[in-house]
Amino acid sequence: MTSMTTFETPGGVTAAKPTVAGHVRDYLARIRGGDLGALPAVLGLVLLTLIFGSAEPETFFSAGNFANLFNQAAGVTMIAMGLVFVLLLGEIDLSAGYAAGVCGAVLAILLTDFGYPQPVALVAALAAGAAIGLVLGFLVAKIGIPSFVVTLAAFLAFQGVLLNLLGESQIVSIPDGFIKSLNKDSLPVTWSWILAGVATAGYAVAQLLRFRARTRYGLVTEPIGIVLFRIAGLAALVLTATAVLTQERAINPDVTSLKGVPIAVPVIGGFLVLWTFVLGRTSYGRHVYAVGGNPEASRRAGIPVDRIRISVFVVCSFMTAAGGIMLVSRAGSVDPGTGGSSTLLNAVGAAVIGGISLFGGKGKVIHAVIGGAVIAVIDNGMYLMDFSSGTRYIFTGVILLVAAGVDALARRRAAATGNR
Amino acid sequence: MAAKPLLELRGIDKSFGPVRVLHDVSLSVYPGEVTALVGDNGAGKSTLVKCISGIYPIDAGTVTFEGREVAVHSPRDAAELGIEVVYQDLALCDNLDIVQNMFLGREIRRGIALDEPAMERLAGETLASLSVRSVNSLRQLVSSLSGGERQTVAIAKAVLWNSRIVILDEPTAALGVAQTTHVLELVRRLADNGLSVVLISHNMNDVFAVADRIAALYLGRTAAQVRASDVTHAQVVELITIGRSGNLGLPPEAPNDFADLLPGAPR
Repeated sequence: MTSMTTFETPGGVTAAKPTVAGHVRDYLARIRGGDLGALPAVLGLVLLTLIFGSAEPETFFSAGNFANLFNQAAGVTMIAMGLVFVLLLGEIDLSAGYAAGVCGAVLAILLTDFGYPQPVALVAALAAGAAIGLVLGFLVAKIGIPSFVVTLAAFLAFQGVLLNLLGESQIVSIPDGFIKSLNKDSLPVTWSWILAGVATAGYAVAQLLRFRARTRYGLVTEPIGIVLFRIAGLAALVLTATAVLTQERAINPDVTSLKGVPIAVPVIGGFLVLWTFVLGRTSYGRHVYAVGGNPEASRRAGIPVDRIRISVFVVCSFMTAAGGIMLVSRAGSVDPGTGGSSTLLNAVGAAVIGGISLFGGKGKVIHAVIGGAVIAVIDNGMYLMDFSSGTRYIFTGVILLVAAGVDALARRRAAATGNR
Repeated sequence: MAAKPLLELRGIDKSFGPVRVLHDVSLSVYPGEVTALVGDNGAGKSTLVKCISGIYPIDAGTVTFEGREVAVHSPRDAAELGIEVVYQDLALCDNLDIVQNMFLGREIRRGIALDEPAMERLAGETLASLSVRSVNSLRQLVSSLSGGERQTVAIAKAVLWNSRIVILDEPTAALGVAQTTHVLELVRRLADNGLSVVLISHNMNDVFAVADRIAALYLGRTAAQVRASDVTHAQVVELITIGRSGNLGLPPEAPNDFADLLPGAPR
């Protein structure tokens, strides 16, 4: 402590002057104090990748499989991103899986039976999602039915809606077009690199602008070394991934060439940036955290608690619809199982594994994406290792338990150290 | 003191169904002074505060602010007049940091994004103006603060908005000795800075330590409002427990004076 110099903030509140060493020490102290964030999920992801990679180096580490992972993860990850909002309020949406199926069916039927143009059908499916969320949110916030019951009822009902929408044919294929490419095709190599460059530069500019704004106000800043380290880390990650994804991965390149970043990547990335901004940098996002932390204090601070509660269900079901579109795009069709079986549980699992608290008030959108990656890697790696689907379910369940266990232990630790 | 009251309540009545909680209550709050609001459990202190802050509508009576009659229908109306209430334990969100809590519901924005540096700076200045220099970081989660520090943040939050009247609901109820002293010093400093402070408290030591005036409620009525220097500890306790003390307080009541409190009782 003696080596730490102090720093006078504008108000005259004395704070420790930030140094790289101090920053690292603070981070370690936070971890020890039980504030783990996404760390267990990231470590788990690395560990699983190493295990599957050493077991099946030929297939698991191939560029084709890497690209495939994004397409596999897309649907569940988008739904998990929406669930983050609902979980932040300590609520749950059990209907998300079949809501995705219903919105996918709306999309497919508008495209085929009604022959709507693709953008119109896309917007209609997303609007259907938002409308579902509005109804669910109204029932929870205004009528006061617990979200568990409301969405459990919706889960059963949407299963039926999906069956009725699909009618006798029971399977509706979607025509070719940009919706079908969304979660199937890849960007051209040039665009892949442009995207990687824009993403890296965008992150760097955002970080540096934040640093400059805080310095200008004379506030405590993170040491510039840490900021640069973060930018370099992201740049390395993005550029390496792009380099791998722009490799030729077609089995027979002479017939059709297959390379470039999957379109699903910018779709997921775009939503990730959008919702991270909304939650972290707008007053709406601040109010979501506040209501999740202490609804009564929020009400007394003049926050419209009911409206916030409804809005998170709207966001969740909207993202569910987006996830449903990705599922349909990947399968090329809708059937009564779309969004069914383990879709919902994988999405909830993704959020929890990523480090989002089921008790509300804590978590970020990136956690859902990392958790979604863990789920996809388990599914993909165990499939490559020829485990039966039964074993895969059991293993996914065990991982979810481990994640929840780590969270529970961390919470106990945090309560002991006063970090909540 | 010749100064005019900043806030004056006259003849406030408030009933919940058949239960009359406030009966002809009056209260005067002066600028630059700490007015202690005392009374036993169920005397109507909290109800009165909720009426002032616009959470409950009043049934009868007048509220005068700076000499003109006002109607306060919602917490927002009260906030516009500059009336801020600091609640005992319901004021802060544990999962947010100090700055986020202080600006909750009234964030400073730049376009659609939050202006974090501006808020952090203002929060720092406000805490400093209250001579708070003990927090490690303004970005500390409120959950990691001690009871006294939390109370300080809650008070700073109320002061941030150029408020005129700060109402504190038992600010020291859950605090230790050192923290209580610190919070009471803060309360005194608010009044010395020219604000009107209403302090609700059960603790006579706290009341006599900081209050300029004492208003005692007894079973929903104003027993007396007196200058703290004019009364003794024992007199205030009598005002709280039996509603009168010597020639102060309510007139001696007839045995059936409680009739209006008991639904269905003969008058």
